[in-house]
Amino acid sequence: MGAVAELGELTILVGRMIRTLPKLHKTLRLTLVQMNEMGVGSLPLVVVTSFFTGGVAAVQAAYQFQGWIPDKFVGSVVGRSVLIELGPVLTGLVVGGRVGASIAAELGTMKVTEQIDALEALAIDSIRYLVLPRFIAGAVMIPVVTIFANALAIFGGLLAAVGSIGMSTGTYIEGLRFFFEMSDVWSGMIKSLVFGAIIALMGCYYGLQTSGGAEGVGRSATRAVVSSCLLILISDYILAEFLFSWLFAE
Amino acid sequence: MSEREIALSVRGVEKSFGRQRVLRGVDLDIYKGESLVIIGPSGCGKSVLLRHLIGLHEPDAGSVHVNGVDIAHMNRSSLYEVRKKFGMLFQNSALFDSMTVGENVAIGLKEHFNLSRAELHKTALVQLDLVGLADAVHKRPSELSGGMRKRVALARTIAMDPEIILYDEPTTGLDPITADVINNLIRSLQKRFHATSITVTHDMVSAYKIADRIAMLHKGQIIYEGSVHEVQTTDNPYVKQFIHGTAEGPVTAA
Ligand SMILES: Nc1ncnc2c1ncn2[C@@H]1O[C@H](COP(=O)(O)OP(=O)(O)OP(=O)(O)O)[C@@H](O)[C@H]1O
Ligand SMILES: [Mg+2]
Repeated sequence: MGAVAELGELTILVGRMIRTLPKLHKTLRLTLVQMNEMGVGSLPLVVVTSFFTGGVAAVQAAYQFQGWIPDKFVGSVVGRSVLIELGPVLTGLVVGGRVGASIAAELGTMKVTEQIDALEALAIDSIRYLVLPRFIAGAVMIPVVTIFANALAIFGGLLAAVGSIGMSTGTYIEGLRFFFEMSDVWSGMIKSLVFGAIIALMGCYYGLQTSGGAEGVGRSATRAVVSSCLLILISDYILAEFLFSWLFAE
Repeated sequence: MSEREIALSVRGVEKSFGRQRVLRGVDLDIYKGESLVIIGPSGCGKSVLLRHLIGLHEPDAGSVHVNGVDIAHMNRSSLYEVRKKFGMLFQNSALFDSMTVGENVAIGLKEHFNLSRAELHKTALVQLDLVGLADAVHKRPSELSGGMRKRVALARTIAMDPEIILYDEPTTGLDPITADVINNLIRSLQKRFHATSITVTHDMVSAYKIADRIAMLHKGQIIYEGSVHEVQTTDNPYVKQFIHGTAEGPVTAA
């Protein structure tokens, strides 16, 4: 299918989903189930990734400073880069892979086994019942997971700073507070909200497009992951421009 | 006979998938409260036709009227209102495998009515009892045999007391005794609740038992309509070949 046609289909899906928003209350329980699955289910993965990301950021910063820049700025670099970039983007990519693939595979299987038609035949709007809860859960839970990931990454940076660079905890925290800006936190949150929406939407879109049995389900899962990763990176750039030259411009 | 009210009216329905023309101008009337059986060779488009009747497919051309309103070009929310009058049994059951058997049966009631968990459970049990599967209420669809799944799907189909019921091969894959239980159930729903029923089947024993009228779909068109007696005594070579199940004749596999 051509890119224009895909964009059209995607717009239709989003349009239909927005029209089901007034019935969100009927879908609350399903949304909570999805939130639990996306949030709690992603924690082990996020703990490991963010912990090491923070550690690597600290070690890299110290290496590049090469003694020319005071050690306390290791904390500043880790703090800001995690809050603005590393936390939201890496969480988006890692959790996006996991969540996007599972949404696409689940909806894809439902599609090829006619379960989605069965919902529709029972006069249940499949978009309201399946897509809306996943979208809301993605847009809410990816930011929540990102907050958690940010904290862990900064903590991972501290451990690396103390353990392998030989800094004191006080120095690291001093650097962390020195350049801290609340707008960094907000811009990271806005990004991760967009990333969460992208992940859920790609999963649902490719899931619902599935045809052709088990093979088709696999193809949809791959497409969902690849496209959400690409869109996360592209939108990260666009958002960086937008957030820092408009919204949080000094 | 001409006074009878029409429940569903299909006019000139055409449907292609890619370059494959499946329905090529189907005309069919289905009267309120009757039981119509649609027969036809495998792959001729019977399931596709059923899906048009409930708006799961949109025809490329033609119209489908339900109680006088065209559903083929209707907005989504009105279509859902129309669908509430329908029940559809899918050929491959299409049970929700993330739910228990009981939840599968009760999902329509749960979504459309304000019922307590206890009431939903009770209704599910009543429906499952009709198909002899009350014991399976807490099982998952993946734990059931093919025939059991079909019966659960049947219980789900009739749970909301539909006015019009579409059955896609209700007895395929069932043993003859269970098949007869299902035939009786289809008949009694139609007789007792005046449900209009449209059944696709290859099983001629079942067709003769449940049909008021039989229609044959072949090469994308309805080529024959008649009562059970007319079908059994017809000279139509297509129908004769189909009901006697012979490989030689005008009907070739699609
Ligand atoms: N969603 C679809 N996309 C593409 N082709 C389809 C689709 N659904 C059905 N077809 C094609 O339409 C034709 C008719 O299919 P249908 O399922 O209606 O057959 P059927 O008469 O129900 O056969 P059977 O008795 O074997 O169930 C088949 O050739 C099938 O390949
Ligand atoms: Mg079929």
